[in-house]
Amino acid sequence: MSGTKEHALAKAARETAGVVLSECYQCGKCTAGCPMARYMDLSPNQIMRLAQAGDDAALERLLGCEALWYCAGCLTCAQRCPRQLDPAAVMDLLREMAHRRGKIPAAARKVLAFHKAFLATVEHGGRMAEIPLVLRYKMKSLDFLGDAALGPVMLAKRKLPLLPHCIRGRGEVRRIFKKCREEHRP
Amino acid sequence: MKTLGYFPGCSLEGGGIELDLSVRAIAKAAGVELREIEDWNCCGASAAHSLNHSLAVALPYRVLSLAESQGLSEVLAPCAACFSRLKGTQVRLTRSPELSQRMQEVVQRPYQGGVRIININEFMASLLEAGLAQKLTRRLGLKVVAYYGCLLSRGQDIVTGDDAEDPKGMEAAIRAAGCEALPWNSANECCGGGFSMSKTGAVLDLSQAVLDEARAAGADAVVTGCPMCHSNLDMRQLELVKRRRVPGALPILYLSELLGLAAGLEPVALGLDRHFIESRGLVRGGV
Repeated sequence: MSGTKEHALAKAARETAGVVLSECYQCGKCTAGCPMARYMDLSPNQIMRLAQAGDDAALERLLGCEALWYCAGCLTCAQRCPRQLDPAAVMDLLREMAHRRGKIPAAARKVLAFHKAFLATVEHGGRMAEIPLVLRYKMKSLDFLGDAALGPVMLAKRKLPLLPHCIRGRGEVRRIFKKCREEHRP
Repeated sequence: MKTLGYFPGCSLEGGGIELDLSVRAIAKAAGVELREIEDWNCCGASAAHSLNHSLAVALPYRVLSLAESQGLSEVLAPCAACFSRLKGTQVRLTRSPELSQRMQEVVQRPYQGGVRIININEFMASLLEAGLAQKLTRRLGLKVVAYYGCLLSRGQDIVTGDDAEDPKGMEAAIRAAGCEALPWNSANECCGGGFSMSKTGAVLDLSQAVLDEARAAGADAVVTGCPMCHSNLDMRQLELVKRRRVPGALPILYLSELLGLAAGLEPVALGLDRHFIESRGLVRGGV
């Protein structure tokens, strides 16, 4: 890195994700092992390459791509990287930036809707609750037909509690959410 | 009686209830008391981790702090995802005093760092060491494949003492239950994890690949320790069967269910009646 100025994304990747972007030599092992790569518009190694560039045009492509939303968190890329880098952690960082910016590609909105619905139930009662999660998800994603038949079966199999369990410390959990959100404001 | 802290996690109160029932049942059979962390909260799972990296650490931090204040030095987290989030946080806190300090301010609770988090494979191995093996009197005689998925195989410093590319952590328990763990190609492949609802097509593709490999290996059942893997392979298998993407139904068992059956426990007490794919026929002569 000596002699070249570290750009803002490289600094953020180093500080929050512990990844020195310039160390990636584009071997492609991350992409080869990624179970979700076939659904991505940019593969993990392409994301690493654009992140190395880090200019406005690269950032624009990175923050607007669907791929950020399709990381399954399987940890395969970090496991196999010969430079001990963590491409998924770079994607986490970029996803948070994209989320703050608010321009989410249409195809990825269901994924965001699910994460938000999940966290809303945790913020409310301290624990994830499946029935409220599914209802919230359907309202946010407008996906009313998907899996409509599964709910009754899950109830019949006694897999879903009818009433979500609210913990005593839910006020504390809400305070944690609030603080973490404030930290993330640009 | 040995006492162990217990973090069931949200899935085990819902879709993954069989894992809770069977872990509690096998612990009881082995004479281990599971003491649930009082007032535990969600670990944040993929959702917190996807949107807010502080929240992804703060939620597990509260759990670790509660466990410590309740005198629980060792905590079992049977859900693979909860285990990965809790232990991952524990590892990061140990490494970074700055992060510990920041989390103490965010969560407003102290944590000295003294809680050890163990996963289902480590738990089963410890029960066997402590004498459970002698109580496994029903020889099941099944050929199974051990499915670790992502979070029981990977995560440097999280899944320790196993090989991420060739995990073996379940095999001793499978053999102790009188079963054979077949070699196969998908032990540590991903099932699609938390995309079950939001990107169902990917989950169907990836879970089908795992089921195809299990069948090609000649397995009677797939054994897992993760409620997300279980849901994707069991519940989503219904659709794969319906669309004729797989030739027939393949039972998916939790490792704790397999050991419970081998200990002679009733399938219903272990939650086998709650699976989408019928698995009660695995016990010879039925039950």
